[in-house]
Parts: sequence; C-alpha cells; structure tokens
Amino acid sequence: MENLVQIAMNNVNFGAIMPALVLSLFGMALLLINVFSPRGKTAHVAWLSMVAIGVTAVVAVNAWNKPFQEITGFAGHVALDNFATFFNIIFLVAAGLTILMSDDYLKREGYPVGEYYPLILLCTAGAMFMASGINLMTIFLGLEVLSVALYVLAGFFRDQAQSNEAGLKYFFLGAFSTGFLLYGIALLYGVTGTTNVAEIGGYLNANPGAYSNLMTVAGMILLSVGFLFKIAIVPFHMWAPDVYQGAPTPITAFMSAGPKAAAFAAFLRVFFLGLGGMQADWTSLLWVLAVLTMFVGNVLAIYQTNLKRMLAYSSVAHAGYALVGMVAANAVGVSGVLFYMLAYTLMNLGAFAVLVLLGKKGEENLTLDGIAGFGYKRPYLGVALTIFLFSLMGIPPTVGFTGKFYIFAGAVKAGYVWLAILGVLNSALSLYYYLRVMVYMYFKEPTEDFSWVKVQVGAVISVLIALAGVLYLGVIPGKVMDLAKMALF
Amino acid sequence: MSQHLLSWMTFLPLLGLLVLLFIPRDNGGLLKGITLVVTIITFFVSLPLAFDDVFKTSAAMQYTEFVPWISVGSYFQMNYNIGIDGISLWLVLLTTFIMPIAVLSTWNAVDKNIKGFMALLLLLETAMLGAFIALDLFLFYIFWELMLIPMYFMIGIWGGKNRIYAAIKFFIYTAVGSLLMLVAIMYIYYAAVQSGVAMDGFSIAHFYDLNIPAHLQTWLFLAFAFSFAIKVPMFPVHTWLPDAHTEAPTAGSVILAAIMLKMGTYGYIRFAMPLFPEATHQFIPYLSLLAVIGIIYGALVAMMQDDVKKLVAYSSVSHLGFVMLGIFALNMQGLSGGMLQMVNHGISTGALFLIVGFIYERRHTRAIADFGGLAKVMPVFATIFMIITFSSIGLPGTNGFVGEFLILLGAFESELRWFAVFATTGVIFAAVYMLWMFQRVMFGELKNPANEKLKDLSLREVVIMIPLLVFVFWIGVYPNTFLEKMNPSMEQLMEQVNGKHQVASVEQVNHHQVDVK
Repeated sequence: MENLVQIAMNNVNFGAIMPALVLSLFGMALLLINVFSPRGKTAHVAWLSMVAIGVTAVVAVNAWNKPFQEITGFAGHVALDNFATFFNIIFLVAAGLTILMSDDYLKREGYPVGEYYPLILLCTAGAMFMASGINLMTIFLGLEVLSVALYVLAGFFRDQAQSNEAGLKYFFLGAFSTGFLLYGIALLYGVTGTTNVAEIGGYLNANPGAYSNLMTVAGMILLSVGFLFKIAIVPFHMWAPDVYQGAPTPITAFMSAGPKAAAFAAFLRVFFLGLGGMQADWTSLLWVLAVLTMFVGNVLAIYQTNLKRMLAYSSVAHAGYALVGMVAANAVGVSGVLFYMLAYTLMNLGAFAVLVLLGKKGEENLTLDGIAGFGYKRPYLGVALTIFLFSLMGIPPTVGFTGKFYIFAGAVKAGYVWLAILGVLNSALSLYYYLRVMVYMYFKEPTEDFSWVKVQVGAVISVLIALAGVLYLGVIPGKVMDLAKMALF
Repeated sequence: MSQHLLSWMTFLPLLGLLVLLFIPRDNGGLLKGITLVVTIITFFVSLPLAFDDVFKTSAAMQYTEFVPWISVGSYFQMNYNIGIDGISLWLVLLTTFIMPIAVLSTWNAVDKNIKGFMALLLLLETAMLGAFIALDLFLFYIFWELMLIPMYFMIGIWGGKNRIYAAIKFFIYTAVGSLLMLVAIMYIYYAAVQSGVAMDGFSIAHFYDLNIPAHLQTWLFLAFAFSFAIKVPMFPVHTWLPDAHTEAPTAGSVILAAIMLKMGTYGYIRFAMPLFPEATHQFIPYLSLLAVIGIIYGALVAMMQDDVKKLVAYSSVSHLGFVMLGIFALNMQGLSGGMLQMVNHGISTGALFLIVGFIYERRHTRAIADFGGLAKVMPVFATIFMIITFSSIGLPGTNGFVGEFLILLGAFESELRWFAVFATTGVIFAAVYMLWMFQRVMFGELKNPANEKLKDLSLREVVIMIPLLVFVFWIGVYPNTFLEKMNPSMEQLMEQVNGKHQVASVEQVNHHQVDVK
C-alpha cells in the first residue's frame, strides 16, 4: 500500500488534471467569495464563474495534441489525451451556456443563491475526471464528484415539492447506480487484479478464458448499468422525466448534456479499451438498448404536454441515437458519438435557454398551451427556438443533421443498415412532437402577451452562442469532425 | 458572373431574405415589392440559360462549379458540386419564372405577417433551385429537406381551416420518404468505398459509374423510389397532396403544384433510374400500374369534387401519373413528353390555382355550387380561364396536347402499350371534369346575387396571367424550342438506363450459356 502511494507521489503530474484543477480551485474560491457577498447578490459570482470557464477552456485547449508523457500522471490514473480534451470542451460549453442562462432565472424564481455556480463548476470538474480517467477508480471518483453536485442542483429550489422530488429521486436512484458501478469494478478487479482500464484490457486479451468467466460478464453488465443510468438509456431512464421536469430549467439543460457526455466518455473508454475483447457480447446488448431507447423516448415524448418533460423524453431518444454510433464501433461511428455530443449540447442548451427566457415564475406556462402564439409575440426568440427544434429533428442545414448523418454513416459502414433505418424512422417519429411545438408557437393565436419575457443579457448570449454553433456546424462541420476524429484514443 | 451564374441565381433569394430582415414589419407594400424585385432579378439572372445553345448539342453538365466542402479524412467527403443540363434546365427556368408570379399572387391574398411570408417564399426559392442544380447527392438532400421548412410554415400559418393537420401531414410524409433515401445514399457510398472504388464525394457522376449488383439495386431503388413517389405524388402515397393543396394559400398551392411536385419526377429521372437501371426495369410494370391507377383514380375523384381547389388538386394526381408513365416508357418520345409535361403541368396547374385564388379573393368560397354564370360579369376572366382549361385538358394547339401526345405515343411504342390504352381514358375523364367544372362555374344563369357585382380581373391579375398564356401557346405551337434543348440529355439518360440494362442482360445470357455447356 505504501508502495502504491509512493508510486503515485512520484508520478504526480498536475498537467494531467490541469483543467479540472483550475476549475475546482475557481469553484472553491467562488464559494469563499460568496460567503463574503451580500445576500441576494449573485451576478458577480455568475460572471466570475464565466471567467473560470474561459480560463479553463484555454487550459483545456492547450492540452490538445500534447505528447502522452506530459498528459498522464498519478500512476496511470488520468490521461488528458485528445479524447478527454474533446469532451472537456463539451463540458465547458455546457457549463458556460448553463451559467449564462441562470442568473436572472434564479432571481426570477426567488433563489439568488451564489453557491449554485461553484456547484456547476465542481460538477464540471467531476465530468472532466470521468473523461480523462484511465483507471476505474478515477472514473468512479469523477462520477461521484459530478453526481453529488448534481443532486444538490436538481433539488436546488428547496421550497418547491417538484424540485425536492427531483433531487431526492436523482439521489436515491443515482446512489443505487453507483453501487452497481462499484460492484462491477470490484468484480473486474477480482478477475484481473487491476483497476487500470488498459491493464484490464491487456489481462483479458492475454487470458481469453476470462471472457467466459461469469465474474467478468457480470462485472461488464454491472459496470454498464452504472453508465447507462447516467446516460438515461432505457430501461434505466425512468428517473429522467421527473428529475428533468422538477429541476431548475438551466440545470435540466445542463444535466441533459454535460453529465450525459461525461458518462458517454467513460463508457466509451472503458468498453473499447478495457472490454474491447468482449465487443461481440456488448454490442449485441447495446443495439437492443439503442433501439428500445430511441423508440421509448420518442413515443413517450409524443404524449407530453409539458415542454421540459417532452425535451426530457427527447433527450432519452437522443442518447439512443448516440448509442447507435457506439454499436457501430468503427472510427466513423465513435467519432460520430463525440461530434453528436457536442451537437446535442449546443442545440439542446439553446432550446432550454429559450425556455428559460420564456418561463414565468414557477414555470407553469412551459406547456404547449402556454406557448400559443409565442412566435408572434417574441419573433426573434421564436425563430431561435424553431431553429433549435429543427436541429433536434435532424433537418439540414443544422448541426442536428450533420451529427445524425455522422452517426448513421458509422452504422451503415459497419453493416448495421437496419439499425440506421430504425434510427431514421425514429427521427421521423420525433418530427411529430417537435413540429407540434411550432404548431402552438405559430399556428395558434396568442392567448397571452408574454409581457414577462424580458431580454436577459446572459440568457440571450447563450442563445446566440448556441445558435451560431448550430448553424456553423450545420453548414461547415468539417473542421470539428476532423477534431472528433483526431480525438479517438 | 457567368462562371458562378448558378450560384448567384440560387443564393440571390437568400440575399433578398437578408434585406427583408431590415424592413419594418408593418411596411407590407415595401416587403412585397422587394420580394418581387428579388424574384424578378433572379429570373433575369437565370435567363441566359434559356438562350444558351450548348444544350442543343451537349448532354454534359454546364455551368458546373465544384468546391470541396465537408471533408473528414477518409470517412467521407462532400462537395459543393452544381451544374445544369437539359434535364434540369427547364425546371430551373420554370422555378425562376413562377416565383415572381407567386409573389404577385400574394398582393391582396396575404395580409398578415407579410414579412414572414415573403421571407419564406425567398427561402423556398433558394431551396428549390438548389435541389435542381445539385450534382452531389448529399447537397441535393440538404436542399430537398430545406424545402419542407418554408412550405410547412406557409401552409400552417397562412392556410385554411384544416391547415395544422395538412401542414404536419405534408411535413411528415415527405420527410419520412427522404430519410430512407438518406440511408440508401450512405449505403451506396460505403459499399463503393469497401469494394475499393475511390469516392471523392457523393457526386452523382461518380455514382452513375458504379456497377451496383442487381440484388442490391432492388432495395436501393425502392428507397429512392419511395421517397420520390411521395413527392410526385403517386397513388397510394398521394393523400397528403389534396390536403396540402386545399389548405395552402394561393402562392403556396401554385409553388407546390408548379415546382415542388416536379422534384419527385425529377428525382426519378436524375437519380433513381440512372443509378439503378436494372431495378428500374424490374419495377417499371409495377410503377406504371400505379401511375395508371393514379391517372384514372385522380380523374375520377376530381370529378366528384364540389370544391374547385380540391378538384384542381386531384387533377394534379392524374396529370403527374401521365408524367410518370411517359418517363417509364423509356424511349425518346415518352421521356421528352414526360419532361415537357412537367413544365406544362407547372404552367397550367399553376395558372389554375391562381384562377381559384382570384375567385376566392372575391367571394371567399371555393364551392362550385356558389358560382354559375360568372362569364357574364367577368368576360376577361372567363376567356383566360377557358384557355387554361383547354390547356389542362390537352386541346391541340395548347401545351398540354403536345405533352400528353408524346407521352401516349411513347407508351404505345414501348412495352407499356396496355397501360397506355387505359391511360388514354384519363384524357377523356380530364375533359369531363374540367369542362363540367368550367360550365358550372362560368356558364348558366347568374343565380347567386352575390356574384352579380363581381369585378373582372384587375390589371395586376391580367399581368400575372399573360406570361402563362404565352407559354401555353408557345409550347403548344412550337414545342421544339424546349424539346431540342433537352434532347441530348434525354438521349444520354435513355442510354444510361437502357444501355446498362442491355449489357447486363447480354452478360447474363452469356453466363447462362456457359452454365448450360
């Protein structure tokens, strides 16, 4: 044991965790600043956390294409490789957009509490550990850091029953799922004698007999349960609609993108590097789940009248699309997953940012009826939401189309033509409920004047950033697709 | 300019849209004026194409532009690859020609959210032109899908009573079809790459050269054909059309009938048939059967309508059945007839929808029973209406006659002889429903007092109709202007679809003989 600690100490390399470190330090500093700030004043905390996001982004981008020795450390627990960096950027985009849309929202809802922002930063730091973790224990720690912050954020409105329910539900079910994950790690450790992802892969390859070992298979399944829960893949998606609806809207936006991408990052790394030899087993498991997820998400979304709930089910379906790229298991499909995570972050957070602006206090108007005629009363926001919805549908020229194209191209290339067909049929299914939002927004006469919709600088900036991203990556996706390709481990 | 003529033409409306964004919302006249000017400029930009004689002699793509666009290493490559040949030439010109007319038709008809409507019209024009000139399947798909968005809003916001149902139905029907096509496109691409062909993108020229095995062609053809069949629309996937047509505002109906339906038939000619020649031959009997059913069914249902607009909508189903039949005949007469009839239908049915719009603006009803004897109060209108009716029926001397004649001639000379026999009854039915409708609306006694004070066509309305009338007679009397410029491309197409097929069957025969020995 002493030996391990010594090895770890000799291997300390802060460069390997620099982005997460910067973010955590900023987070803690902001917690302190917050203590000395007058109650109810949170704007400066919000803008300072944007500074934190900006600084971290510079640090994160700086790690791109560095030699492997410089970016690994802590006795092979973390590696800030291109794969991790690409995901780090996704997390930062998600966190940045979330923070931008939050400040006025919190004031409107009567919770101008500054701790909110450091929590987002810490949560993002946890996500970064998940993406750069090359040891199952690091991934587990990252997941816990991320989750604990999210439990608090989901239940942030402590006086509201819905928000409380969201926080509790997410906490209980999340605790179960991490239990599964940990059990899976323990079983795999039992078989291979290591928690290092690459070493697990090496051991299994050297001992092919271990593949049929019940412990290995159980470990693989339990591990995937832990990840699938965070990604909200059917049948582990039950929590998502309730939690998404109850959580504060910006947090809902963040949850549907950032932590999901983090779980995907760890999932991809562990399954391709560690359990790559069992690919035949897990792809047959995953394609069933991908199909189920797409269908369940889309079909149930059709029945929703609450917009947050509808987007929650749609985000379940989108996780299913991304899973198709993982099932394809070729370079096109997997880099497609990376690109799609970024695409989804942009379009979904954009849509949520409009909802944040559109919501009344208490948000009882975030229903289909509640947005009747919104497109006329607030034309610019209406057009923005329309573009985000078309992107979610996968209509060109938006990033939703290029992203889906990338993923389905991977599936077709790998010979999963029928899976791609099921995927596009699901996109067709999704047309209905996205179009219906526009039906209410444009085809119905306004019943309300939407006078409460104020121009809030932060939220508007986040809408604009998301819009620029959605259109830019829809028309000129080549460069970022190339980066996603280079990011494969 | 002439080097980038197609790009200028395609994206000018988009530039116009940007200008519109800076015009205040309540200045309706200015908004309409700018849109009109933009569409007219676009038309003039496209006009040199009509006078270019290169199309008479060459089947090759002209005015091509090629810019590498999305390139992801060895994964895939897409290019901005456009051009025009005898097949797309007249459809492009039809588009730029119809658009100013569509804008003019909105003058009194659209009075709410003018800015939005004009912006959508311009977006739609870019999307349609882009789809006709795209030489890269991926690029084509993007414009194809983009077209749905403005039409969806035009029906849904400015449409009639059932507009929401019609808009959603329109969008989902057409999108579902095209999604399957997308998977087929990807499949061909990767199948080619995996069999060792170096693909430098999704360019159709490249796809033409692939020798796709027959068993694969079947499925791929079905994916393409289904998508285009919805757009045509062929029986039995035509049901979105009457709804969309009836609910859409006049400008929307005109564009839908005159241009967007042609996307489907164009898709067959440009993509489905030359890409999969063997599957085409395999499916011709079935598709021809559906085309003939469409001809007769559309005509019969049209006969039963008591709403003028619905009648015209169902007549489209019938007319496009003719186009399909001509294309499937796969000989020069049939193909040129089909192509010409696409243009004819654009002109005649576009004009019919305008006419319906005129009387709807005056009376706010489209029920045939509400009219009768209009010829007495609106003589100019009656004359124009009559000419268009004749053109739609296909009376000799009008454009419809030339098209239908060539189509039936082609069909009789091909293996589709019996289909042609049944299709001919469609011509008779067309005369019945059109003339009957015309008689009930225009002749007889002026029973309804509300009709007594109807104003005849205004100058603007006459100006809208004159160019259409000119083409009715021009094509009717001297179709060669149009035919000679599509001939080389048609010949090449015929060779592509028939030639490959014959080579393949000869090979099959040889193969068989070897086996027998």
